[in-house]
Amino acid sequence: MSMETIKTECQAELNLVEDAKQLADFWAKYLGKGGEVQKLMSGIKNVPNEEKKAYGQAVNQVKTWVQSLYDEKKAEIDKKAMLARYEDEKVDVTLPVKETAAGNLHPLTSIKNEIINVFVGMGFDVFEGPEIEDDDHNFTRLNVLKDHPSRDMQDTFWLTEDLLLRTHTSPGQIRVMDAQKPPIKVLVPGKVFRSDSDATHSPMFSQMEGLVVDKHITLCDLQGMLDQFVKALFSDEAKTRLRPSYFPFTEPSVEVDVSCFKCGGKGCSLCKGTGWIEVLGGGIVNNKVLENCGIDSSKYSGLAFGIGIERIAMLKYGINHMGKLFENDIEFLKQFKA
Amino acid sequence: MKVLYSWLKEYVDIDISPKELEEKLFSVGFEVEGVDYLGENLEKVVVGQITSMEHYEGTHLQICHVDCGDKGNDHLILTGATNVFVGAKVPAALVGAKLPCGLDIQPRKMVDMMSYGMLCSGEEMNLDKDWYPGADVNGIMILAEDAPLGMEMRDYLELDDYLFDISITANRPDCQSVVGIAREVAAALNKPFKAPDLSYTEDGTVNENISITVVDKELCPRYLGHYIYDVKEMESPLWMKRRLIAVGHNAISAMVDITNYVLVEMGQPMHAFDLNDLEGSGIVVRRAQEGETLVTLDEKERVLNPNNLLICDKVKPVGLAGVMGGLNSGIKDTTKEVVFEAAKFLKDNVRKTSRGLGLQSDAASRFEKGIDEYTVECGMARALNLTQTLGLAKVSSSHFDVSGGASREKRVIRVETAKVNDVLGIVVPEEEMVKILTALQFEVELNDGILTLAVPRYREDVEGYQDIAEEIIREYGYDNVIPTFLDDAKVTNGGLNSYQSKELAVKEYLCTQGYYEIQTIAMTAKTDFDMFLIPEDAKERNVVELLNPITENLSIMRTIMAPAMVKVIENNIKNGNEAVRFFEMANVYLPKALPLTEPPVEKKMLCLGTCGAEEDFFAMKETLEAFAAYNDLTFSYNRGEVPYLHPGRTAEVYCKGQKIGHFGQLRYEIIDSLNIAGGKKADTKIFIAEIDYSVLNGLFKEAIKYVPETGFKGNSRDISVLIDKKVECGTIIDAITACDELIKKVSLFDIFESEKLGADKKSMAFKIQLVSDTADVTDEMTDAVIEKVIGALGEQFGAQMRV
Repeated sequence: MSMETIKTECQAELNLVEDAKQLADFWAKYLGKGGEVQKLMSGIKNVPNEEKKAYGQAVNQVKTWVQSLYDEKKAEIDKKAMLARYEDEKVDVTLPVKETAAGNLHPLTSIKNEIINVFVGMGFDVFEGPEIEDDDHNFTRLNVLKDHPSRDMQDTFWLTEDLLLRTHTSPGQIRVMDAQKPPIKVLVPGKVFRSDSDATHSPMFSQMEGLVVDKHITLCDLQGMLDQFVKALFSDEAKTRLRPSYFPFTEPSVEVDVSCFKCGGKGCSLCKGTGWIEVLGGGIVNNKVLENCGIDSSKYSGLAFGIGIERIAMLKYGINHMGKLFENDIEFLKQFKA
Repeated sequence: MKVLYSWLKEYVDIDISPKELEEKLFSVGFEVEGVDYLGENLEKVVVGQITSMEHYEGTHLQICHVDCGDKGNDHLILTGATNVFVGAKVPAALVGAKLPCGLDIQPRKMVDMMSYGMLCSGEEMNLDKDWYPGADVNGIMILAEDAPLGMEMRDYLELDDYLFDISITANRPDCQSVVGIAREVAAALNKPFKAPDLSYTEDGTVNENISITVVDKELCPRYLGHYIYDVKEMESPLWMKRRLIAVGHNAISAMVDITNYVLVEMGQPMHAFDLNDLEGSGIVVRRAQEGETLVTLDEKERVLNPNNLLICDKVKPVGLAGVMGGLNSGIKDTTKEVVFEAAKFLKDNVRKTSRGLGLQSDAASRFEKGIDEYTVECGMARALNLTQTLGLAKVSSSHFDVSGGASREKRVIRVETAKVNDVLGIVVPEEEMVKILTALQFEVELNDGILTLAVPRYREDVEGYQDIAEEIIREYGYDNVIPTFLDDAKVTNGGLNSYQSKELAVKEYLCTQGYYEIQTIAMTAKTDFDMFLIPEDAKERNVVELLNPITENLSIMRTIMAPAMVKVIENNIKNGNEAVRFFEMANVYLPKALPLTEPPVEKKMLCLGTCGAEEDFFAMKETLEAFAAYNDLTFSYNRGEVPYLHPGRTAEVYCKGQKIGHFGQLRYEIIDSLNIAGGKKADTKIFIAEIDYSVLNGLFKEAIKYVPETGFKGNSRDISVLIDKKVECGTIIDAITACDELIKKVSLFDIFESEKLGADKKSMAFKIQLVSDTADVTDEMTDAVIEKVIGALGEQFGAQMRV
């Protein structure tokens, strides 16, 4: 074929190409080994020397032109093939798959983590003490002396005359202060035990102790810190209210109420019309407790608080019976996915 | 502590409503648990007088015309009562009235006549004779002739009053009395406190025979006695009875009522001994002897020990100190001479005696909270004052005061005002501090920022500046506290340690595997061990026991996790959920020696439990393998034996050469003993894993460290062997692995049995992966290794290669 023929024919031929097979044939005919373009190329030997250069350029132009036609067509065919493949491989996305079972953490663990996260952000460490304690750590060094009536406030499970199931996480304060000198910022979460069992009590429950010991720690700091806590846990609008109370290991001691997060403080069934809900107890660490741990109370002061984790969980999730938390009914547990 | 509003008003000029008083008390640290209005449901019942009366022919009714003064002077009321008469003053419930018995008064037809109201009995108004004489009469309550017409009965009966139930914190035993609360109210309202009259006059008479000796002063640091005589048999006045009844006491006789009244009003338990019953006219306070007995007022014989303190006469015990008097010496109608006792007994001792004997009393519950000597003195004085005022008896000059020698001066403490402000974080003006402390009955001097304080004797709780800070802020108001955020504290870098973060990550991973976290009670019952087929001599039965469990079911600390897990699964099956996956991470408690001499080991365990059609031994193994892979650990498994697990489906789990636990299928015998429907039992299989997390925790990677890839090519080869059915896969894999150190991993990818292979044979196909740290593994090297493997399997198990 002459250059002219190639130009006209290959255009016409390419217009008829519809699939990859025809395109391959086209390529073989024109651009492949022994194809028309190559034939033209080898025809150069018959061209007079002085025309060889011009001839070569002309053939190259033809080659480039055919190649570009081919590339264009190939792109078109490839695209068509890809579309066909996609169409062919279409699936029913609504078909069900094998069910993936996913469990979740126990609500008490979730609440515990949530509380820890709030205080970790304030620079608190986490310490876990033993669940079986002695009188010294659980009572005496916390200023709960032998004849102290508050030993009755916390009905104790005794194991021997000296060993007991801890009645609160406060002995963790003693263990931390024995091991570490100020500045101290620590949380002590854990299980505690009291011989008590009804709708709002279980013989085993969980607490979270908080302790800060440093210079110039005040009641204002306690409220400031707990304000942050209730905002993080309940709502941005939540506020705290302090009112006087009594714990042997803090002086002054306070009960801390949070503004009702259900009614916003107007009064409802949850807050029994008061606008406030009791959430935790705390106070300024009693100097005797600091001294019992070898911390100079003329230099350092501390604040401490204790949070009932079940109580927070029940309030936050609206659980009405503490027993539910330990029944572990799967329909109950399932509701606490994060 | 129950206190009447009107009673408080006697000592403080309260000018706020009961509701406001409740809020005030709350703000200074006394939570009011309830306020009852005594006149509740007694409305529109007024004093009326029967002006005329005629019998209603053919009925048992009387037609009365009742004059109720400004509430209408001619009410037509029919009554069936027979004790009414013309001129009688009676409680008339008018139309619209409400009565405590639940009646709502409306006009109603009786036979053929309308009645517009009802005449009331004492019972219908919920009254007894101690509240109003004649209230117990069967019929209409007849009122005194001077009862003012038209007056609301609740005013006439002094029921327009409120009963406060106040919660008192353990540091404030001084507030366990009407005067104690009144002192707080006075301070909170900044009003004077008007103390009850404590004056009395001794008549000069002395009874020389009476003696009082306290042998055990450490249990009785103060004992006051006073002799009174010519005791009359009389009732106490109406006002006293009403107050006692309102706060929950019975009115008995003036003598007994006075002791109760002083208990409530002053907070001092009193006792009255009939002198006639005291042999030798002596009182001796001493510890009981072992086995000594006393019949207490409740007519029960008590067997005592030396930890119980007794009040005795010269011969025998007559009372259990601070708890209850003896039956042999109580007040009787015939009592003529009495020795009053007001004492301080140690709270701890009273509590132990009361608890030990299971004997509760008002006196004991008061003594348990702690009595101060000032209250002892005031109590006795008030009792004598009332005795004299009521004309109950003559007050002699025989007064006894046995003391352990404690000072009767007020303690003086010095407190820097700056220290108080340091605790609070705000600045309370000094004059405000002085004002508050003065109102709280401290004697205050302020010099150069130092408060010199004489502490009221009943405030034994006040020791230093922290206590004073509390006194000040509770009166000054907690709303003055300004939230701050540790302005002066050092910045600390907190957070979970690696152990704590890992534990949380482990839990979260298990959740992704479909497991729900559970939390169960750490106490359990010994019967668990029988149910779980634990042998009698097994170490699991060495348990930490509670000395005072609530119930046998929660009487020991658990040593294994499985029982609680199985109980949770059992409950879920009962609730209709057979398909469950649970895990729990908690402690078991293992004593180092018994009886317990030191705290037991608290070992953290990870327990898995599964049940349901999709679950089997290998599903649980899959969880463990996935868990291991996720944590870059390798677990290996051996056949194991655990009393409560299926003998053929139990594996021990090892990691890095250490045993970390076991898992397997729960024995059918235990399933049979579960409380689930019989039909379900046959299909129920439960799988349990117990992993010693305290060991596993030490096996996790401490830190991630990158090791550059060697770049050498490994090789792999599949082999298929025919082998004795009894040979376990783990054994074969171990044998293959041991053949050459180039072998890095051996995995089973096919296993089958068939008749063609022979009944005792199985075919197993393994992929063997070879890697070297120093060179590519060539085909030739691989061939050589495989040859060794074939040789070893043939030699050890008689295995044949399959092509």
